[in-house]
Amino acid sequence: MLPPIFGVLFDGIAYGMLLFVLSVGLSVTLGLMNFVNLAHCAFAMLGGYVTVTLVNIFGWPFLATLPVAFVAAAVTSVVLERLLYRRLYRASDLDQVLLTIGLAFISVSVAAYIFGTIQQPIATPAALRGSFDFFGIGLGKYRLFLIGIALLVTLAMVIGLEYTRFGAQVRASVDNQRMARGLGIDVDWTFASTFALGSGLAGLGGALAIEIVGLDPNFSFTYLVYVLIVVSVGGLGSIAGSFAAAMLIGVSDIAGKYYVPELGAFLIYLVMVVVLMWKPAGLFGKR
Amino acid sequence: MSAVDNNAGIALATRGLSRSFGSLVVARDIELNLPVGARYALIGPNGAGKTTLINLMTGMLPPNQGQIILGGEDITALSPQARVKRGLARTFQINSLFAHLNPLEAVTLAVCERRGISSRFWQNVAVNKDAIEEAYEILAKLKLGDVAYQTTRELPYGRQRLLEIALALATKPKVLLLDEPAAGVPQEESGDIFEVVAGLSNDLTLLFIEHDMHVVFRFATHIIVLVGGAVFTEGSPAEISADPGVREVYLGKRHHG
Amino acid sequence: MANPTPLTPQGYLLARTRWHPLEILFWLATLLPFLVFPNYLSLASQIAITALFALSLDIILGYAGVVSLGHAAFFGIGAYSAAIFSKHVWGEPFSGLLVAAALAGLFGYATSFIISRFRHLPLIMITLGLGLLAHEVANSAHWLTGGSDGFQGVSTEPIFGLFRFDLYGKTAYAYSLAALFIVFLCARRLINSPFGLALRGIRENWNRMPAIGADSRAHIRKAYTIAAVIAGICGALLTQTTNSASLESISFQRSADVLVMLVLGGAGRLYGGLIGAAIFMIARDQFSGIAPQYWYFWIGILLVTVVMLLPNGILGGLSKLLGRWSRK
Ligand SMILES: Nc1ncnc2c1ncn2[C@@H]1O[C@H](COP(=O)(O)OP(=O)(O)OP(=O)(O)O)[C@@H](O)[C@H]1O
Ligand SMILES: [Mg+2]
Repeated sequence: MLPPIFGVLFDGIAYGMLLFVLSVGLSVTLGLMNFVNLAHCAFAMLGGYVTVTLVNIFGWPFLATLPVAFVAAAVTSVVLERLLYRRLYRASDLDQVLLTIGLAFISVSVAAYIFGTIQQPIATPAALRGSFDFFGIGLGKYRLFLIGIALLVTLAMVIGLEYTRFGAQVRASVDNQRMARGLGIDVDWTFASTFALGSGLAGLGGALAIEIVGLDPNFSFTYLVYVLIVVSVGGLGSIAGSFAAAMLIGVSDIAGKYYVPELGAFLIYLVMVVVLMWKPAGLFGKR
Repeated sequence: MSAVDNNAGIALATRGLSRSFGSLVVARDIELNLPVGARYALIGPNGAGKTTLINLMTGMLPPNQGQIILGGEDITALSPQARVKRGLARTFQINSLFAHLNPLEAVTLAVCERRGISSRFWQNVAVNKDAIEEAYEILAKLKLGDVAYQTTRELPYGRQRLLEIALALATKPKVLLLDEPAAGVPQEESGDIFEVVAGLSNDLTLLFIEHDMHVVFRFATHIIVLVGGAVFTEGSPAEISADPGVREVYLGKRHHG
Repeated sequence: MANPTPLTPQGYLLARTRWHPLEILFWLATLLPFLVFPNYLSLASQIAITALFALSLDIILGYAGVVSLGHAAFFGIGAYSAAIFSKHVWGEPFSGLLVAAALAGLFGYATSFIISRFRHLPLIMITLGLGLLAHEVANSAHWLTGGSDGFQGVSTEPIFGLFRFDLYGKTAYAYSLAALFIVFLCARRLINSPFGLALRGIRENWNRMPAIGADSRAHIRKAYTIAAVIAGICGALLTQTTNSASLESISFQRSADVLVMLVLGGAGRLYGGLIGAAIFMIARDQFSGIAPQYWYFWIGILLVTVVMLLPNGILGGLSKLLGRWSRK
């Protein structure tokens, strides 16, 4: 028999994986465009509602809705990017914060208007329900599935960024925008598509999150805090950093809630403040 | 080498100053001696490390090795603002101004900082008559008196270059490092800027970076040539203009700079 | 050229700090609620407190350019300090106000050493993190703050032992308005001081400041502490005028709201926060019938519009309009 700490660890890792999928897009877009996008989780929430609608109203199978959640979030984000974000790339942090907080507020209201303020139920496929028994520890099947997806995403991102032409363009634009332009890279296009990809991943994360943390209109803000913590602790633009930070935050949060519930979210805020004081650019940050 | 050997006459010196970015060495073991009242020019091809050298001397970039000595005192460990307080000022190659302040406010701010009254939050800035008049005099000296109340951002570019110098002068420097004071100014106006520079007090020790060799030969008494982060050679304008190596390195590299 | 008359430089700077007739009109207008809207004095008192809070954020954000997403922490510290003080020491309001200001200032001073080291995203995150931490502490220290049940047992004695806080909010508004006016005078002096000039310098060009010999971090520490003191006063005022203190006073929502108000009115302008707070609070009162989530829909639309079309807030837009108009 394994002691319960392994169960906590497992849940923490699964939760961390979820946070990773939710936040890695923001990390890349922040590192690439230096744009403080506080509406990132609004795209995640959009993905969540797309999945809920397709499953509950149109009777789609859960798994089939995941790509749709991705695409819906990606397309919406790119429309907003062209309409609004693009004009603020050179603006101050404050303007970016205000615009995107505004969008997040709007997303909360719109979601509440359409879906009400209740938590949305979701029916996951039978194969993902229940848990395996592993030396006395229940490993949730859905959580295993989540870990699998997150690892796939990580792999795809690493391969995509390291070995493809698009990845090379993104890296060049992150490193030195002016030089990238000089080399004939269409930086605008690179921005827009990276942004779409990042938001799409958030949409996927939002769909995956329903089963674990639920979905209601406040999702835009509740998880924004987590995502921002992961991104700033990990360091902007760093996939490895986001991964490590997501694990750290996921495990601390679950362990904190399990062992010292009276502290609430205190622990992760503390982790964040301490890490940032030690390394202002985050664990894997360059600057 | 015409440099003075006794330490007493040296306003600013560097000893073995080195710095690299990754594998790129931008300052290699640099030894400089600026005598009091000097009019030195620092030249070199684009990317030679001239701006970097100023950044190192003023503390905006920490060196990997070496010392900076201001008036006999080792200032290597001091913060940029502490160096300014001891009399080492600079200007920037790319304008670094206070866009929404007007020149009077900006220079008054610098004067207040020097006088140590900038943390007084309980008194109206306007009661500091001396500071304000000092600021205005500096502006007038740099022919900025007529635009003193105009927002910096709306000033013509050439005026903004002069304001760069005014801000540095407001710190009452002993040593002033000018990073391409006429950068981006049309050639016919750049003479004006250098006339202003030449008119500065003789006690002030000056080092300026400039690409236009006519200007350099006209205003400098001594020229330091920097190539690839190292001092290539130095000497009087006559020596430098006669040096075939300088011509080759400097002009040769500029073509693809 | 705006001013063709030959002014001495000192005269010019002095003229810029003189009271404008509109300012006098503004302060006279703040007396109107006593005469015209006696039923809205409680609201007026809340507006005065919120306006002061926005002014305090303006000092660091509008003038020094230091973005904070956790300013409510100091408001909350002030609110709880005043509440605890009135329950366990005595209910005399002025001493409560002073204690609250001092405690908030102390926390502000301590955190200013962290704040002043950061800029950009890390700064936003640190202020957000510290704000959330403060909220969590207040939430879990149930024995001290009452946690999510709210603080029980605030008792505020009459001002000078004479004017008790009445049901209509007459005393409350007079008290809050007086505090707002006095602190405003101080803030106005601060903004027009050499220190205020240095703060604007930091906002305009952080990189240049060291090159003119300025220690920006020391300036920011000072400004942040002063802003915290003022925020603490605001919290205490709210506690004393409503005889209650709750977690809402230290919430992220409050930090976000005050930011919205300031930006709406115009950051970096003395009256920006005041106007923004008045508009925000009156609108919220008028729309109090609708559910909060729809209220935030309009706030969201407003934010997007202000950022895209009115980058300097309402006051910025107005002064631009006036400038264009007077040039004709
Ligand atoms: N922060 C930095 N990180 C990496 N490389 C840098 C940095 N700053 C400067 N460099 C590099 O150091 C070299 C020297 O730059 P520097 O600006 O000192 O040149 P310069 O002599 O002033 O040139 P110019 O005449 O164009 O002004 C350049 O190759 C530049 O790309
Ligand atoms: Mg240069």
